[in-house]
Order: sequence, then C-alpha cells, then structure tokens
Amino acid sequence: MGFSAADLQAIWLTLRLATVVTLMLLLIATPIAWWLSRTRCRWKGVVSAVIALPLVLPPTVLGFYLLLAMGPNGPVGQLTQALGIGTLPFTFWGLVVASVIYSLPFVVQPIQNAMEAMGERPLEVAATLGAGSADTFFNVVLPLARPGFVTAAILGFTHTLGEFGVVLMIGGNIPGATRVISVQIYDHVEAMDYAQAHWLAGAMVLFSFAVLALLYSRKRPLLLK
Amino acid sequence: MSKSILSARFQLDRPGFRLDVDLQLPCRGVIALFGHSGSGKTSLLRCIAGLETPRRGKLSLNGETWQDDNHFVPTHKRRLGYVFQEASLLPHLSARGNLNFAARRAAEVVTEAEHHRIVELLGIGPMLERPPAQLSGGERQRVAIGRALISKPRLLLMDEPLASLDQARKQEILPYLETLKTELDVPIIYVSHSPDEVARLADTLVAMEDGKIVASGPLTETLTRLDFPIKLGEEVGSVVEATVAERDAQWQLTKVTFDGGELWLRDSGHAIGRRVRVRVLARDVSLSLHQHNDTSIVNSLPAVVEEISTEQHPGMALVKLKLGNTPLVARLTHRSAHHLALAPGKPIWAQIKSVAIIQ
Repeated sequence: MGFSAADLQAIWLTLRLATVVTLMLLLIATPIAWWLSRTRCRWKGVVSAVIALPLVLPPTVLGFYLLLAMGPNGPVGQLTQALGIGTLPFTFWGLVVASVIYSLPFVVQPIQNAMEAMGERPLEVAATLGAGSADTFFNVVLPLARPGFVTAAILGFTHTLGEFGVVLMIGGNIPGATRVISVQIYDHVEAMDYAQAHWLAGAMVLFSFAVLALLYSRKRPLLLK
Repeated sequence: MSKSILSARFQLDRPGFRLDVDLQLPCRGVIALFGHSGSGKTSLLRCIAGLETPRRGKLSLNGETWQDDNHFVPTHKRRLGYVFQEASLLPHLSARGNLNFAARRAAEVVTEAEHHRIVELLGIGPMLERPPAQLSGGERQRVAIGRALISKPRLLLMDEPLASLDQARKQEILPYLETLKTELDVPIIYVSHSPDEVARLADTLVAMEDGKIVASGPLTETLTRLDFPIKLGEEVGSVVEATVAERDAQWQLTKVTFDGGELWLRDSGHAIGRRVRVRVLARDVSLSLHQHNDTSIVNSLPAVVEEISTEQHPGMALVKLKLGNTPLVARLTHRSAHHLALAPGKPIWAQIKSVAIIQ
C-alpha cells in the first residue's frame, strides 16, 4: 500500500496551491494590515468586518457567491472573459482566488497585531534618524513585525491545505487541476476505500500537528493575540 | 559657528491640555526646557521635532523655515537628533546596527574617524555588538545619545534622557552629557524637571507651566529672578561660572574666582585655569552687616542687596544680592531682614556656608 498515483497528484496539487496562495496572501495582506494598524478612518471597522467574514461564514456560502461572481454572468467572470482568460470556476486559478479570500483573515490578523504591538515609537525614532516613510516601512516595520509574518504564513498555508467546502463549490473535482487532498479523501471514503483514505488523512493529521507544534513551541508565542 | 536663532510659535490642543508658546532664542549651548510634569515641555519638544502637528505653528532655525502656514518639513528632513525619555533603540538591531542606521541616513557622509569619536566620547565601544535587550538602562541611553549625534545634527533634542534611570545611572551619564556640551558644537534643547540637571547643564533656561512659557533667558539671571514662577523650594539658588585659581594641598581646598569675588571650596581635582560651574543654594547663604573673622564660615563676600521678596512661607524672605556682576540669592526670615534693615542698595556681607562644584 501507500499513496496511489492519484493521491500523489492530489498532494502535489495541494502543496502548489497552498504555496501560491500563501505568497499572494502575504503580498495582499501586508498593505491591508498596515493600513488597519495605523488608520483612524471611520471605515476601519467595516473593512475589518469584511475581511473577518470568512472566519464565520460556512465555506459553502462563500463558495456559492464566488461561483456566481466568477461565473460567465458574474461581474468577475465578465471581466476575465473580456480579458480573454475565460472563466475561473473549475480551474486551478479559480481555486487560488477563492482560497486567497477564504484565508485572508488568518494572514491579515497576525500581521496587523504585530504592527499594532510595536507602537508609534520605532516609527518616530526612524523619522528622527532621517528615514522616510518607505525606508521606515521596509527597514523598521517589516523586521519588527517578522514574528507576525511567520505566524501569518504558517496559518495561511495550513488553512489552505485544510479547505474543502469552498474547493467543492468552486473547483469541483478535476484531477491535477482542482482535486486537492481533502477532496481526494472524500472520494476514497465515498468509494468505501478506507485504507487509502487513512493514508492521506493520517498524513494530514501528522503534518498539521507538526506545523502547529512548531508554531506554539517557539520561545515567543506567535499566535493570534 | 554663526549665530543661530531658534524661533518657535505653536498652538497645540490636546484633551485637557493646551500648548501655546512663542519663543525666540539664541540657539547655542544647552537650552533647558524646565517645568513640572504636564507643563508641556515634551509637547513643545515634539513640535520642534515635527512629531506633533500643531493646529498652528511657525518654526525656523537659522532662518530656515521648518514649519509655517504653508510648509511642513517632515521630521526625517529636519536634520535633528532626538533622544527619547525611555530607551528607544531599534530592538532588531545591535548597538552598532543602531549607530549605522543613523550614519547611513545622515545628510553628510560620516567618516570612520567621526564614528570612532562618538563611540569614544560615550564609552560605548565594548557594547557595540550586543542587542539592546542585553544592555543596561544607562548603556542603552548612551547608545541612543551616540545614535542621535552620529549623523551630525544641527540641533539635538533630549527629552528627559535621565528620567527613567536610577540615581547611580544618572551619575554615570551626566559626565558624558557635560562632555558633549564642551566637545561638540551642537545646540541642545534639553527637557528636564530636575533643578540639579538644569543647574549642571543649561546655559539658557526656558521655564514652562500649563503649556505656556513663564520665564526664559540666560541661566544665571533667570534662575535668580525672585519672581521665578516655578516654586523650587529647597532648590532655590544660583549658579556661578568660575575659574579654578589656586589649589591648597595642605588643607585640600580649591580657590575659584568669579566676577564678584573668590570662593574656597573642597578640592575636587580640577586643574588650575579650568572653567567650573558652582552652585550656591539660597538656604546656604546668610547675611551679616560686618565681616566676621570668628566664624567657621570660610567664604564671606561683600555684596549689595538688590531686591527682597517673600518666599513660599510668609515668614521667609528671599534676598537677591549682586557680587560684582554675579547674582546670588539668600534665604532668611523676614525678622532677620527687618533687624538688618535690608533694603535695595544696602552693602552687606554674604556668608556662604556650603558651595559645590557641579561641573
């Protein structure tokens, strides 16, 4: 026994998806977290709530609306068609977009917390030493928020690995394109192939445990608040 | 150095507090912003640094405008150094990393020799490789001062740099600050609520209360104003600039001369010819109509009464004297003042019980 070829394909696809999604999330979440940590704008609460929505919504609800939006008649779908890239549902990149939205709060919050925790002082210090705002951001804010980035990356990656509902709604079950580990396990169970399901499910448990154990046992705790 | 003028006018509103100042000062030596906590010293300093954006403000140094109705030069372009009250080293960098952070962003190239000189001046060579978390409070503050100086600022702002340190650490840093004053040609604005620090360091005194400037001028004259608005209690006194003239090895005494006489005090190892600053507290000065030789008091100097006023306690009087051009303040009871028939212009002998070199 062991992993079948289809299992390995699902594992590879899942790792690729989680990596791409994590990188995109770090790029997108950093400016959002920075804005949220410094703004006194009255829309801050609304923006925070929108970003936090995936924490509480059933994945199917999120998947449903994303499917409509990215479908041929949805606004995103019309845009992607106009750009000549077709529609996103049931493609790898459709999964990437959905996963980015789905995991956004898990990445924004640790970074935002780290940026809020450093306070104004390091920024004022940098200014008195002749550093402009971009200089300060890259050479003071980012290094000081590093623990937040580590937490954010780990949470974003593992959360994307574990997603199921959104994938089913938006990606379906296409081998090599959208059939990720969680869907593959579901297929094995549906086919009463429990032994095969055990291999994948057990690997997921071990991997997730190892990563979280690493995260929690660091000297300075990195997790949310 | 050319004569530089600092001109500042700010109105800043904060909940429960209002800063309203208009200040014109020759910007050289050490300018002390002195007052009780909550008097607005730090707010004024932050306005000068550009860290606060006051409702209305005008600020210029040497005729170069940093702020007016249409312009606001951001902090990082003002070429100033700022030492915060509590240690503010960037925690992700070593002591050396903090110095380099400043040096790399300096408007002019910082040479190896200049770098070395700052490190030597503050005695921070042995701790350069350590992260801030492994430095003591005093060491951190010395590195922070070095970091503020290394970029050759045109103005150094210090916000109670000693306030977060215990007495021993204060004594560790004060000599470095005195060295800075004499070694470097950078004007310093120094915020403090400690009369002792002000007496030791300041050349110019700006006293603040409730967000307003209540007195300002050269240290000696301002400190001895009998209407000096901030109540100093036991710390009322004067500061005398003097020169070491003679050292008596047999009795372990030093003679200093100043414009108005000479004083004998405990020998403190200062070389002859050295400029020193001497502090005379009002409570240590008593007055007499005649010169006495049958007293243990060593220093008895002829003076002229200039002004008499009532101290905080109604029974106590403060008497301002002139010894040559040097002002001195004596504290005595109104009864004594009455018995001696003190009045402006009256010649008198000032007996100084105790006097100390503070710098």
